[in-house]
Amino acid sequence: MYRAGLGIFSRTLVLLAAAAGAPAADAQSGWSLINMPRGVTNVSRKIYGLHMMGLWVCVGIAVVVFGVMIWSLIFHRRSRGAVADVTMVHNTKVEIIWTAIPVLILVSMAVPAANLLVRINNNSHAQLSIRVTGFQWGWQYQYVGTPVSFVSKLGYRSDEARELDSGISPYAVPHYLLTVDHPLVVPTGEKIRLLVTSVDVIHSWWLPDFGVKKDAIPGFINEVSFTVDPDKPGTYRGQCTELCGRDHAYMPVVVRAVSPAEFAAWLKKQEALQKQGVDISAQQASTQTPLASPTG
Amino acid sequence: MASNVHAPDGQHYYVPNGSPWPIIAAVALFALMVGAVLYLDDVTGPWSLLIGPVLLLIMFGGWFHTVIGENQQGVYNTQVDRSFRMGMMWFIFSEVMFFAAFFGALFYARVFAVPWLGGAGIRALTNLILWPHYEAAWPTNGPGHIGGERFQSMSAYGIAAINTLVLLTSGLTVTIAHHALRAGKRTRLKIFLALTFLLGFTFVALQAHEYYDAYTRLNLRLTTGIYGSTFFMLTGFHGLHVTIGAIMLVVVWLRVLRGHFTPRQHFAFEAVTWYWHFVDVVWLFLFVFVYWL
Amino acid sequence: MAEPHAETTAHAEHEHMPHGWRRWVFATNHKDIGTMYLVASCVMFFIGGAAAMVIRAQLFQPGGKLVDPGVFNSLITLHGLIMIFGAIMPAWVGLANWMIPLQIGAPDMALPRLNNLSFWILPFAFSLLIATLFVPGSAPAGGWTMYPPLVLQFGDSFPMLIFAIHLMGISSILGAINVIVTIMNLRAPGMTLLRMPLFVWTWLITAFLLIAVMPVLAGAVTMLLTDHFFGTSFFNAAGGGDPVMFQHIFWFFGHPEVYIMILPAFGVISEIIPTFSRKPLFGYEAMVYATASIAFLSFIVWAHHMFTVGLPVSAQLFFMFSTMLIAVPTGVKVFNWAATMWKGSLTFEPPMLFAVAFLFLFSIGGFSGLMLALVPADYQYHGTYFVVAHFHYVLVSGAAFAIMGAVYYWLPKWSGRMYDMTLAKWHFWLSAIFVNVLFFPQHFLGLAGMPRRIPDYAVQFTDWNMVSSIGGFAFGLSQLLLPYVVWKCVRSGKRVEANKTWDGAHGLEWELPSPAPFHSWTVPPSEALIARGAEH
Ligand code: HEA
Ligand code: HEA
Ligand code: CUA
Ligand SMILES: [Cu+2]
Repeated sequence: MYRAGLGIFSRTLVLLAAAAGAPAADAQSGWSLINMPRGVTNVSRKIYGLHMMGLWVCVGIAVVVFGVMIWSLIFHRRSRGAVADVTMVHNTKVEIIWTAIPVLILVSMAVPAANLLVRINNNSHAQLSIRVTGFQWGWQYQYVGTPVSFVSKLGYRSDEARELDSGISPYAVPHYLLTVDHPLVVPTGEKIRLLVTSVDVIHSWWLPDFGVKKDAIPGFINEVSFTVDPDKPGTYRGQCTELCGRDHAYMPVVVRAVSPAEFAAWLKKQEALQKQGVDISAQQASTQTPLASPTG
Repeated sequence: MASNVHAPDGQHYYVPNGSPWPIIAAVALFALMVGAVLYLDDVTGPWSLLIGPVLLLIMFGGWFHTVIGENQQGVYNTQVDRSFRMGMMWFIFSEVMFFAAFFGALFYARVFAVPWLGGAGIRALTNLILWPHYEAAWPTNGPGHIGGERFQSMSAYGIAAINTLVLLTSGLTVTIAHHALRAGKRTRLKIFLALTFLLGFTFVALQAHEYYDAYTRLNLRLTTGIYGSTFFMLTGFHGLHVTIGAIMLVVVWLRVLRGHFTPRQHFAFEAVTWYWHFVDVVWLFLFVFVYWL
Repeated sequence: MAEPHAETTAHAEHEHMPHGWRRWVFATNHKDIGTMYLVASCVMFFIGGAAAMVIRAQLFQPGGKLVDPGVFNSLITLHGLIMIFGAIMPAWVGLANWMIPLQIGAPDMALPRLNNLSFWILPFAFSLLIATLFVPGSAPAGGWTMYPPLVLQFGDSFPMLIFAIHLMGISSILGAINVIVTIMNLRAPGMTLLRMPLFVWTWLITAFLLIAVMPVLAGAVTMLLTDHFFGTSFFNAAGGGDPVMFQHIFWFFGHPEVYIMILPAFGVISEIIPTFSRKPLFGYEAMVYATASIAFLSFIVWAHHMFTVGLPVSAQLFFMFSTMLIAVPTGVKVFNWAATMWKGSLTFEPPMLFAVAFLFLFSIGGFSGLMLALVPADYQYHGTYFVVAHFHYVLVSGAAFAIMGAVYYWLPKWSGRMYDMTLAKWHFWLSAIFVNVLFFPQHFLGLAGMPRRIPDYAVQFTDWNMVSSIGGFAFGLSQLLLPYVVWKCVRSGKRVEANKTWDGAHGLEWELPSPAPFHSWTVPPSEALIARGAEH
């Protein structure tokens, strides 16, 4: 019991406040987390916009449709003396209207969605390519065209705390389950292309703030790209989103976005280390081609 | 056993009273599955695979015996007959969809997976990075040469062509038998029905030979990558269906010898005929997409 | 009209109703088989629900220490499979068994012995599935979707999973054949297709979907089996196959499957709403066509479950558009129900309460479905609790609520007794409130970044998970009322005298005495009766 049972009740009150619309507060507080992040790439913001459009269209339709139904529920009930109009069985005109209007609404949603979709899937002209290889359970990153390559696994403290009998409170671990030993480092403002694959089962590389989610399929390479806003360096966190076995919950995705200059320096240092034969990751994932047999 | 709400008069839709056969069938299916599990998990030897089929055979014998008995008593009116027919039609449709899954796998592999591995379309890097030097072609056992470096694919002009002829002929003979039955020409019926299942067994025998050849000479096995997988699974399930169909033809033939079926009422005969035509049509697809193209 | 009929059946019943265990084990009577299906479904609902309770307990707070992660994955897998194949689908087959012969004026199901087989396969299938928990090594833990290569990693339990699915498939196919044949062949003279009640219509189409897609699932899992044991390469790139191929085949089954679970619900709602609005269903024919369109579209939308696997853009576009299209016929249905209530004379007995809740909550689930269909947005939603929220809205407050509504609607007809209305209303209100407490916050969790199928999560997700878990426990406890109400009704409910339990009801089932006699329409109903029932 990390949290007093009583806390739940006090928190239920906070819930009401949050629902009433005070999501500003602190990002670590769960109550405010009720929506998709806007993120730090052009694409993620566009996706956010599409999501909000979809949401509001649905809310709008709901208001109308539910409104009509609620009206009937209130005013056309027998206890209010309502008498059924049994002749009302069919009306071609209304039926055509309520087929046509949804079609129009859907078209108006589909067009921007399709546009955005085509744009997102353009992976050409990337300035940097990184090969991302999922494995049970972690990610291996390899900077294409350089010798730099390392493995990224769940951070030590989270790993310790998550054990069944650890006795460590998750609240005592900063960014519980969302830290890794070696984050992926990328430059801001440059278009980065990921070549995503896997060596064992299917994983999925997700970084909400970038609007990027791509499945890692053994034997195939999927491409996906993003550009972090130049003014938004920082550490961004996500998780594997395809069930990949026992430790599916324990293979986070952490990306550190730094300025191009800083990145260049970092890369140079890694290259030097690599040349000296220093293993930059504690453990090296298999870099061979995928297993011949999935059962193996 | 066959008592009814009404006297079995053929006037009413026949609703049988309780019957033990369905639960025996359920147990038999369960035994089949458990037997397979025990064998696959190395708990028992392959003998455990036998219990289910034996129970199933007993069940089919008993269930059909009951149905045939009721039929001979005349409790089935035309409406019941129609239920049987529709039931059989939809059952065959479900079989069609089962084969569709495997054909789907074949098409997907040939149209998408293999070309992608060879770098087609959006998959240039898949080929370049993961499978360099792999060139997409069909037949293939994949970039990893699963099942051995070299294998030969099955020719459409050998046994497959002969088998096509065998099966088409059997479709013809069964139709002749059907016409004979309707015209009341029993001798002709017996001969052509016998011919049909003999052709069926010929098909199976030839296929067995083909498989033997594949394994010994062509180095083509179930494990030969996607080509071997699709080839053997599709033709294998088809062969299984031919075998079952031929056995059903034998049963119908035995019933004919016993004097069952009238020129007007012979649902079992027709059901088996449909099944046989279904097997025939599946073969044509197999011939075109597995052997030929 | 009903009198001469009642006489013959009473006579028949006296003579032919079997007794003891044989009545059930050897059953060929559609009502007995229907009852067994419903009871089995209820049992499976509780087993699947028990798994869900463990899931929610584990997720009550981060650092979840209740079960091992591997066990957790097995529990979600079994929860999904049991709820879908064990609770929802058998409930619909049970209702079909009970109601279709009554509603179309048939003496029984067309193939009564086959009917018995369809049912009795199920207990064996689920024994095999649940037994996976007790064999050495891990129970299957790859999710109900069974994606390779992950699912191929499981040991002794793996063939049990595959063969359990095969058995369920055989059961469903045989059951569906029976339904189709019954509807096509056993309608009373005068019961034309366009006079059939919508429950019968939706089931006809559902049965077609079942026969079309269950064999495909069987094929898919057979390929898993051979990949695992016999060295085939269907899902192995090195051999020229593709793991994603499984997903295509699976979802070609899987998407129609979700409509298999909801179409009969549409049918039930279309029976209940007119009854308690005391008004014929608005736009009967449009409802039929809408159902058919949904069924047709359901075959060409499957890849909307796979937007992140790396499909070519053209394919993503196609599947986005086709998926969005489904909102149109579904909308037609919702609008028709709303129009049926409009200017009605509404009362709110338990079946109607469930139907009204269905309208709202299913629509909410449909709206989130529509959002999921927007591909770029799905890149963010996919694999998160947003999806979990979506499908529980359509499945729990959709399909399951419709089943509960149907039970409360027809229970007096089945048992000849009335249930405790107050308790049933309690059941409704508790369910309706807590289902939202349970699943609405999951939208937030998903949007905020919580993946699905995880036994433990980052601390910022705690609050909404606690709310959801509390809602879950309360919802689960409330469900205990359902079997209790039914039990009490069957044991000691007040007898209902009238054939017609609800004054606004239409249809042939209400022309038979309550309880419905052991054998249904041994003498087909007259044209006049049929016409009266089909006043829509
Ligand atoms: C009963 C079951 C059921 C039903 C009916 C539906 C209905 C729909 N579903 Fe859902 N779905 C599931 C069960 C169901 N689904 C399940 C189980 C999964 C997850 C499987 C897994 O991964 O485990 C899933 C997942 C799922 C996904 C994949 C998400 C992902 O994994 O990334 C998508 C994406 O498109 C989707 C879309 C839809 C749509 C568009 C509908 C539409 O049919 C909804 C149509 C209804 C409405 C839109 C509301 C009413 C309409 C109106 C009031 C008219 C006006 C409306 C408009 C014009 C917008 N569903
Ligand atoms: C038709 C289907 C159906 C139904 C009815 C339900 C019902 C419920 N589901 Fe389920 N669910 C699925 C289909 C369904 N689900 C599917 C397909 C998945 C995906 C699986 C996968 O990812 O592979 C899923 C996944 C799923 C998850 C996500 C797991 C994960 O991704 O990690 C969760 C988590 O909250 C959940 C919860 C619940 C709950 C609380 C209920 C409740 O409605 C259950 C209520 C019923 C009961 C609780 C039983 C009755 C009461 C008792 C047994 C008495 C005891 C009560 C107490 C001790 C309180 N379900
Ligand atoms: Cu890797 Cu989940
Ligand atoms: Cu779907």
